[in-house]
Amino acid sequence: MSQDSILSVDNLSVRFRTHEGIVHAVNGVSFDLAQGEVLGILGESGSGKSVTLRAIIGLLPREYASIGGRVRFGGREIQHLSNEELNAIRGARIAMIFQEPMVAFDPVFTVGDQIAETIVRHDGASWRDAMRRARDLLELVQIPSAKRRLAAYPHEMSGGMQQRAMIALALSCNPQLLLADEPTTALDVTVQIQIILLLRELQRELGMSVIFVTHDVGVATEISDRLAVMYAGRFVETGPAVDVIEQPRHPYTDGLLSSTVLSARQGHRLNAIPGAPPDLMALPDACSFAPRCRYAEEQCLSGVPALSPITRDHATRCLRVGEGRLEL
Amino acid sequence: MVTTTITDAVPGMTAVEQQPLLVVRDLRKHFAVKGGFLGRTQAVVQAVDNVTFDVMKGETLGIVGESGCGKSTTARVIMHLIEPDAGEVIFDGQAVGHSDGIGYRELYRNVQMVFQDSYSSLNPRLPIALSVAFGPMVHGMLRGAALERAASVLGQVGLDSANFANRYSHELSGGQRQRVNIARALALEPKLILLDEAVSSLDKSIEAQVLNLLFDLKREFDLTYIFISHDLNVVRYISDRVLVMYLGKVAEIGSVEAVYTNPQHPYTQALLSSMPSMDPRRRTEQAPLTGDPPNPINPPSGCRFRTRCPFAEDICAGTPPRLTSRPEHGISQQVACHMHDPSSGHSRAMATEAARP
Repeated sequence: MSQDSILSVDNLSVRFRTHEGIVHAVNGVSFDLAQGEVLGILGESGSGKSVTLRAIIGLLPREYASIGGRVRFGGREIQHLSNEELNAIRGARIAMIFQEPMVAFDPVFTVGDQIAETIVRHDGASWRDAMRRARDLLELVQIPSAKRRLAAYPHEMSGGMQQRAMIALALSCNPQLLLADEPTTALDVTVQIQIILLLRELQRELGMSVIFVTHDVGVATEISDRLAVMYAGRFVETGPAVDVIEQPRHPYTDGLLSSTVLSARQGHRLNAIPGAPPDLMALPDACSFAPRCRYAEEQCLSGVPALSPITRDHATRCLRVGEGRLEL
Repeated sequence: MVTTTITDAVPGMTAVEQQPLLVVRDLRKHFAVKGGFLGRTQAVVQAVDNVTFDVMKGETLGIVGESGCGKSTTARVIMHLIEPDAGEVIFDGQAVGHSDGIGYRELYRNVQMVFQDSYSSLNPRLPIALSVAFGPMVHGMLRGAALERAASVLGQVGLDSANFANRYSHELSGGQRQRVNIARALALEPKLILLDEAVSSLDKSIEAQVLNLLFDLKREFDLTYIFISHDLNVVRYISDRVLVMYLGKVAEIGSVEAVYTNPQHPYTQALLSSMPSMDPRRRTEQAPLTGDPPNPINPPSGCRFRTRCPFAEDICAGTPPRLTSRPEHGISQQVACHMHDPSSGHSRAMATEAARP
């Protein structure tokens, strides 16, 4: 763990026990997150990106999920903490925002009450002070006529407004780490860009670290300093956003970028990745992308490739690229 | 300089003599919101308001807009899944629902629709071969022949019938289910397919596969598509022309090239520059619009975009703008904005006129 990292995840794994079998949702995720850094986790559904977030903050149901590996936050291991101990961290030092703001809010209390309650609960402030801070927070997330909005119920707000209110709720105790799980996916494009810019501004102003999970390459590009591309529960490529987008070094990232319609010309077929993601109940002891990879060779099927560095901070989980035998 | 309002000519089409496959004229659908004492009408959602456009044979018309802009309602009204309040739908020269026009049965044989939710649009109790064969059987084909047709169209969408024919929809992945829905639409050998957010719930790598499939099928069967989506990138890729909707109205329509590279309506401009940048070195620095789209219940008077428009003036509140084209510029584009109508009295209307070469 480096000196200035606020979060350090080491070999995180998550298994779900189901009636059909064991789902290997996350399979050895390791990373360090620096103070004030924005890490984007980019992946498709089932790649394990949301589960990774939830495992970090201890939100997975303990009856079904078995979690391995270590999570260190602020120098302290938190993966074995009880729910009571975690409650002192969650909401106060680590906050989370979701795709659906209605999930974060209780529909029968006003927005102001819910933000104030969080502040009273974690900071022990008086109700009056808490309400005042709630109003400041609504102003911070640029909700117009914030004072009046304190008394609004969540359903009285539009989708973009709810998303802003949820960000205000998440920021109510000045968290050092913000976990964002596709917070802009359900929004219209003109509102999405407003929320992205707001998050970027707040992150810079408050010096927070952020992990931002998304399936959208454009959204990830807008928000991330660093990118991790996830496939079948593993990071297959990590690096500075500029490097990963401009020079992808894993065949999956390359395929994902070139199968987006942007790089395609009208009237031509897309360069699509064939096949479908692997069954997480029966992951092979091999590169999990190999069955869909046009560069795959015999060697790719013998064991899971390691995430190996190509430059100082750009790494790939591809044998051929890692050994310098493949230029993408 | 002459600016004309032409509703009969199709922007982007040079062969004016060609008869459009589908003509939509002044289509209107308002929904009453009822409630309160005796369930009286409290408000009206103007979901689709005087929408007019043509679809030429063999083209793909994209319809884009944000949630609540009426793009899906437009599709459903064209299909008469929802009865329009006013307006005409003319398929291949025959008015739909008229005594001397085309009946619904005949319409559905020629026009099919694929929906966003691949699961709820399939009967969970039917094996997929029967789901696909159902349409032809309803239209009088014998069961044996219909199943043969099903097997062949399933093959055409990339689902090997020996493997898939007897499976149920819950056994398939989202991408496979959407292929089944496309096969089901194809089974009637339609001329026009309405794709309503058909790839929106798929992952990017699967979406690319289904887009390729649509691309191939269109060539092979000489199809015409109306492709409805909120995803501006996908619409740009797949469409020949694009129609931009805002709160139930057409804001702009034109060739993809013209609309994407030279948008004329302030809303289209804002929409396009709201798209996330794909270049990490050049991120978006300012949001083009503030706030959310207004509620389609009781939309703003006049131009519906005026409440978010940086150029709004008194005229915009008073009069709804007409869809105006400028054929003399060779730009195949129609825009509903007072700034582009020199007779409107908008202060910028003259300025833009003067600024033009």
